[in-house]
Order: sequence, then structure tokens, then C-alpha cells
Amino acid sequence: MALLGSYALLLALILSAYSFFVGLLSLIEGEGSEYLGETARRAGIAVFAAVFFAAVVLVMAAFNNDFSIAYIYHHSNRDLSGPYKFAVLWSGQEGSLLFWSLLLSGYGFVLRLRYKTDPRLFAYASVVLAAVQVFFFALVTFAANPFGMLEGPMRPDGSGLNPLLQYPEMVIHPPMLYLGYVGFTVPFAFALGALIMKYPGEKWIHITRRWTMVTWGFLTCGIFLGAHWAYYVLGWGGYWGWDPVENASLMPWLVGTAFLHSVMMQEKRGMLKVWNMWLVFATFWLAILGTFLTRSGMISSVHAFAQSSIGGWFLWFLIISAVVFLFFFLMNSKHLRSEHKLESVMSRESSFLFNNVLFCALCFVVLWGTWFPKISELVQGNKVTVGAPFYNRVAIPVALLLLLLTAAGPLLAWRKTSAASLQRNFLWPAVAAVAVAILLMVTPERWGSPFGLRPWVDISSFYSLVAISLGVLVTLTIASEFYRGGRVISEKTGQGLFASMVQLTHRNTRRYGGYIVHFGVVVVIIGLAGAAFNQDKEQEMGYGDRMTIGGYTLICRSYTEEDNPNYASEWAMLDVYKNGRKIDTLTPERRFYKASQQTSTMPFIRSTLSEDLYLVFEGLNQDNGHPILKAHLNPLVMWIWMGVWIVIAGTVLCLVPNAPAMAMQRAPDRKLVEHAAPVVTGD
Amino acid sequence: MNSPSRTRRALPCAILALAVFFLCGAGDPASRFKEIGHQLMCICGCNQVLLECNHVGCPSSDGMRNELMAAVERGESDSLVQQAFVQKYGPTVLAAPTATGFDRAAWIAPFVALFVGLGLVVLVVRAWKNRPAPALADGLRPARGADLAQYRDQADKETEL
Repeated sequence: MALLGSYALLLALILSAYSFFVGLLSLIEGEGSEYLGETARRAGIAVFAAVFFAAVVLVMAAFNNDFSIAYIYHHSNRDLSGPYKFAVLWSGQEGSLLFWSLLLSGYGFVLRLRYKTDPRLFAYASVVLAAVQVFFFALVTFAANPFGMLEGPMRPDGSGLNPLLQYPEMVIHPPMLYLGYVGFTVPFAFALGALIMKYPGEKWIHITRRWTMVTWGFLTCGIFLGAHWAYYVLGWGGYWGWDPVENASLMPWLVGTAFLHSVMMQEKRGMLKVWNMWLVFATFWLAILGTFLTRSGMISSVHAFAQSSIGGWFLWFLIISAVVFLFFFLMNSKHLRSEHKLESVMSRESSFLFNNVLFCALCFVVLWGTWFPKISELVQGNKVTVGAPFYNRVAIPVALLLLLLTAAGPLLAWRKTSAASLQRNFLWPAVAAVAVAILLMVTPERWGSPFGLRPWVDISSFYSLVAISLGVLVTLTIASEFYRGGRVISEKTGQGLFASMVQLTHRNTRRYGGYIVHFGVVVVIIGLAGAAFNQDKEQEMGYGDRMTIGGYTLICRSYTEEDNPNYASEWAMLDVYKNGRKIDTLTPERRFYKASQQTSTMPFIRSTLSEDLYLVFEGLNQDNGHPILKAHLNPLVMWIWMGVWIVIAGTVLCLVPNAPAMAMQRAPDRKLVEHAAPVVTGD
Repeated sequence: MNSPSRTRRALPCAILALAVFFLCGAGDPASRFKEIGHQLMCICGCNQVLLECNHVGCPSSDGMRNELMAAVERGESDSLVQQAFVQKYGPTVLAAPTATGFDRAAWIAPFVALFVGLGLVVLVVRAWKNRPAPALADGLRPARGADLAQYRDQADKETEL
């Protein structure tokens, strides 16, 4: 079985190489070589079949408990349940690289099937994609083969899956993340292809936009699934630790977000072509850099795969891809020049420029913070830690500037916005935001978070106040956009306001879906702002002992131990009281997984809209057997997860095709308008 | 009492009031423990801030927390506490680079990059503004002056709140 898998990978490598070299030859030869180009395209399609077969072989080996394969031995065991055996495919270094190759080939499969959209552009993109495939298949075939045999005698059982990964979200998190990482190869392939062939016009941007949005959506899901998993499983009460592996996912997300915004300017005004070319390259390159970070061992991280030699492979790929891109950019950059003029600093064009700078600055902060320990070691011979205090102090102010721009940007028109118009549309939302800030400061703390903010106590309270106020500002500017557009349609058609807003959204799903995404981001940020109010307390608790935290009283009712074939566990049962009334029973747990000999906590979380009561079974007092419990009170965390759902909904809405423009029907019994009304179209 | 004299007396009071305002809660041991505890890393390898380490069976965090509490109760200053931890556990015990020597580059570089970026954008915007207007197709003339103002007013009226 392992041999079949290895040969399938080798076949995929050969087909990728054929697709690349023959495709390249066809492009160079030009007219008359269409047959060659077609064989290259079909070889690219066949790659997917070969790697899919290899993936199926690996998954079947996991389900058949074939511990003769080293990878299966190290990441699975007999008692592992079905979904987690399936997840073995991506739970280790070699398998995850195979999974990466599978997704890359899947994207390539779809791209090559849709070539009739623009055969020449797709041919160039296919060649670029094939080059990336050659790298990954060479890697999994020669340096990180998941079908390597285990040395020594056959083992009766495997080492098992890391218990921290035995959680439903861990079945979904890596695929989402990889769909995002890998997916950015496609816009890059189109961009490089368009650059090489000096593609006339902006059609390649239109073709790429949906790919990018889908990819960005997957990466967003992947990042927040990871944060959710960290919060619900790791038991430290937090969701983001600025770990290098976490940062590796954030960097392409930031630059990809900048690209998604900036691309609008190229579509509408034919500007920012150079910016966009570099943004899409940077997004792809940072995704590969992130993979390099997690697999090379250069940066220490609790998330990282075991250190291996494949870091060198990734380093060379990063260098070669950068050199190739730079070469074609320098050769063809004149093609990217725009003749268009900027009419005013107060315009949407300017706001996109500032938007790009802020996103890139944020990305630089994360990149710099991630690499600084290594840089410090090289320069001054000793490592330093760059943790949350650094990122909080440096990244948060930039993020708040970005939030301010999020409020102002939609109010700015293309070409020029008058100061009077901006003032008119911005004034009342700004007044409301200031009013909310004052309200939060003057209200008593006993009202519960976010009330009772005291920004003078510490910097995090100040940031929280600013974040919430700006969130209100953004929400009101978004609401005003929906209201104004909906009102115009309502007046012309006689429909109700809500129905008009729905119609408005359907007529420009990208714009209004984007506003919903912005609103989702605001909700997430308000959730993050709650961290300023976090409390925690640790206490040993025997039968009947009490712990108070915030407005809650916890009483220990019982504690016990259990045993099953997979793990042994210790858990406690606590009744939760608020205002003298019992409201819940929580059962935090600690498990010891037998196969992997690892211990893991299973926190119990009581979530409400205003706060989470988060309880962790830390351990046992060895003298008297009493459990030691840690309670966290984390305000507004649920807003983070709600906000992510809104972001996803907005992203899906952006992908829905626009409704066709409808002629405005004059509503009966209304005064005839003297001049023709402006047609409400997209941005 | 003349005005400059009143101002001279009021100013120190205002500064004192502001200092009290902003430093409220700063000296409380529990607050200091929490604040300094979030500036230190647990050395068990969990890569977490000391007060957030939940590494089950962690051999380090309890001892480190006790040391920190003892230092805070002795009234030692923040910098003294941090120095003691660095001497015992090495520079990686600090959760962020210091503001001395090469470590300053960690703090300065991002802001330099941001200001350089913003400066470049300002230059680009100015350059784009000064570009000549693109040529239009024959027979087309852009709206100007009173015509343009009329269209803008109409659009504003039809879309204002």
C-alpha cells in the first residue's frame, strides 16, 4: 500500500513537471503549438487524480492501522475514533505537505477546467501553478515522504494523535487554513501570468477577484477556528498568543485583505497596478514564508512541526520565486503604469492608498516581531522574547487607525469628496461615538463590561475605549450607507425601507456584502476590547468550598476520577450562583491520554453575551487530593465568534452575483420629480 | 490677588491632580503583581506569559509566581524585579524587548516603517494630483463649473440623510 502511495506521488511529480515544461514551451513557441499546450493542460488535470489517489492511500492506511508506515505509527493508534483517523492526513509534517499538494492540485484542476474564460491567460497561470506544484511534489517525494516505512519490527499499536488535536475543530481548522494558504497561489499565478504576457486591460483582476475572496474567506475561517480551539481546549483562558505560527497565518491575511480592497481601485480607475501586483505576490510569498517558519525550526513555537531539513527547500523556493517575480516585474513594469489622475486627496482613491499602507505596516509589525528574536541572536548574540506586550503596544494603535479609516472610507466618493459632504455624513456618527465613549466612562463598573471603563487606569482600558467608540462610528456610517441607498429606492419604487435595503444589497452584493464584513470586524474588535476587563482566580477547593469571582460564587459539590481505554480523567463538579440564585453546574476536567502519555485540560465554559465564566481543572493537591481550580472571567468573548460569523456571511454575500439593474418605477400618488433621478448603481 | 500668581498656584495643583488621576491604582500590590506578571514569560517552554501559563504540571510557573509576589511585597521597583528575573533566568524571561541597546530597534522600526509608508503615500498622492488630465474622446467634454456644481447638488440632495 505504501508503495502505491509513493508511486502516485512520483507520477504527480512527473505530470506536474510535464505540465510546466511543455506548457512553458507552448507559450514560447506561440501559434502552432496549441496541441502541446493542450497536453500540458491535461497533464495538469491528471496531477489531481494522482495526488488524490495518494491521499486516499494514506487515509486508508490510517483506517487499516497499518503501522508499518512510520507516519501512521507516529500519528495514529487503534483506539482513535474515525474523524480523527481521517484527520491523520494533515496532523503531521509529511501528511500536511501531501494535503497541501492535494489542495494545490485541486485548485489547479478547477483552473484548468475553466480555461475557456481566457485561454491564453489561463495557459500562463497554469504554467506558474505547475511550477509551484513541481516544488511541492519534489518535496513530498524526496524530502518528506509520508509513505516512509517504519524501521525495525512491526509495532502492535501506534503512538496516537496528540490529545490536543482530538477535538472537533481540529478536524476543520487545518483544512480551512490550508485552503486559504494554498488558494493564494491562484491569484498569484494569474497576476504573474498577466505580468509576463503584458495582459491588456483589467479582466485578469475580475477573474482573480472571486478566487481571492474565497481564499480569503477560508483563511479567515482557519484563523478564527484556531483561536476558538485555543480558547476552548488549551485552558489558558486566551485565544491568541502571538505565537510565531499564529503570526504566520495573520501576515498573508493582512496583505490579502489589503489586496482585496486595493483591487477595486484597479478595476474602477485603472490605478494601483504596481501596488496590486506586489500585494498579490507578497500574499503568496508570506503564505510560503509562514510554512517555512513552522517547519524549519528557525523560530521556536509550541505549534511548530518537528525540526527537519525541509527548511532549506522552502528557503530556496522563497528565493527563487522572489527572483523570478522581480525579474518579470523589472522587465514589464512599464506596462503597469497608469495615466489616470488623482483629483483630490479627499477621495476614495487616497483612502485606499492609506488603507494599503496601514495593512502593510501591521504586517510588518507582525513580521518584525516574529523574526526579531532571530535577528537579535545574530546581531547581539542573545535571544530575546517578543510576546504579547510588544504586539499590544505596537500593533493596536495601527489597528485603531485602520478602524478609523474603515469609518471614513465608505463616505468618500471616487475622484473627489467635498469637505461639506464629508462633514455632513460624518458629523452625527462622530457625535454618537463620542457620546458612547463618555457613557462608558461615567457609568459604574457594577453595570458589567463594557460599562465602567476607566481609560486612565491602564493603556489597555484606553485602547478598549477607543476601539469601542470607533466601532460605534463604523457601525453608524455603515448603517447610514444602507439607509441612504435604501431610502432612494424606497422613494422611487414605493417599497418599504427594509425591502429596499435588501434590493439595494442584491444590486451590489460586493459593496454591501463588504459593509457587512466591516460590521463583522467591528463586532470582533468589540469582543477583543473586552480583554481589558479580564479577571482570574486560582484556589484549592474541597467539598463545599467556595470561590467568588466577579458577581459569581462557585461551590465545589464533588470531584472524582474516571478511566477508559483512551484516557484517564479527573474532574470536579461546581455549582454556579449569581445574586444568590443557582444558574449552572460546571464540570472542568483533566485527562491523561494513555497512548501518547500526554496530559490535557478540558476547560468548562459558561458563555453569555456579556461574559464567559471559564473554569480549568489545574491539578490535585497531592496531600489531601483536593482539586486546584482556576476561574477566568472574560467579558465579551462571545462577540468575537459572533463577529466571525457575520464576516463569513458578508463574504458569502459578496460572492453572490448582482441582481440585474431594474428600471425605477414611479410610485403612485407621489409628486413627479422635475429632474431625472440618479440611477442607484454600484460603486 | 493678581492673575499670574493665581496661575502659578493653580498649575502645580492641576499637575498633581492629573498625576493622582492617572496613577490611581498604580501602587496596589495586586495590580503590580498582575502588571509585572504579564511582562514576564514562563520558562517551562510553553511560550506563554507567566500569569497565563497553564502548562499542566508546569515545574516553573508556581515558583516564579511566588518569587514575583515576594519581590512585590518587599516593595521592589518594577525594573529591579525584572533585573532579578533576567539575572536568574536569562533575557528571554522578559515578554518584550527592552528599550536599551539593539533591543530599541524592535520598538522603533515599526513606527519608522509606518511613517515612511505614510510619507510615501503623501508623495504619491501629490504626484498623481499633478498628472495631466487624460485625453477624452472627440466630442466629449467634462462637466465643469456651474454644470458640475448643479449635478453635485442634485446628487447630494437625493442621497442625504
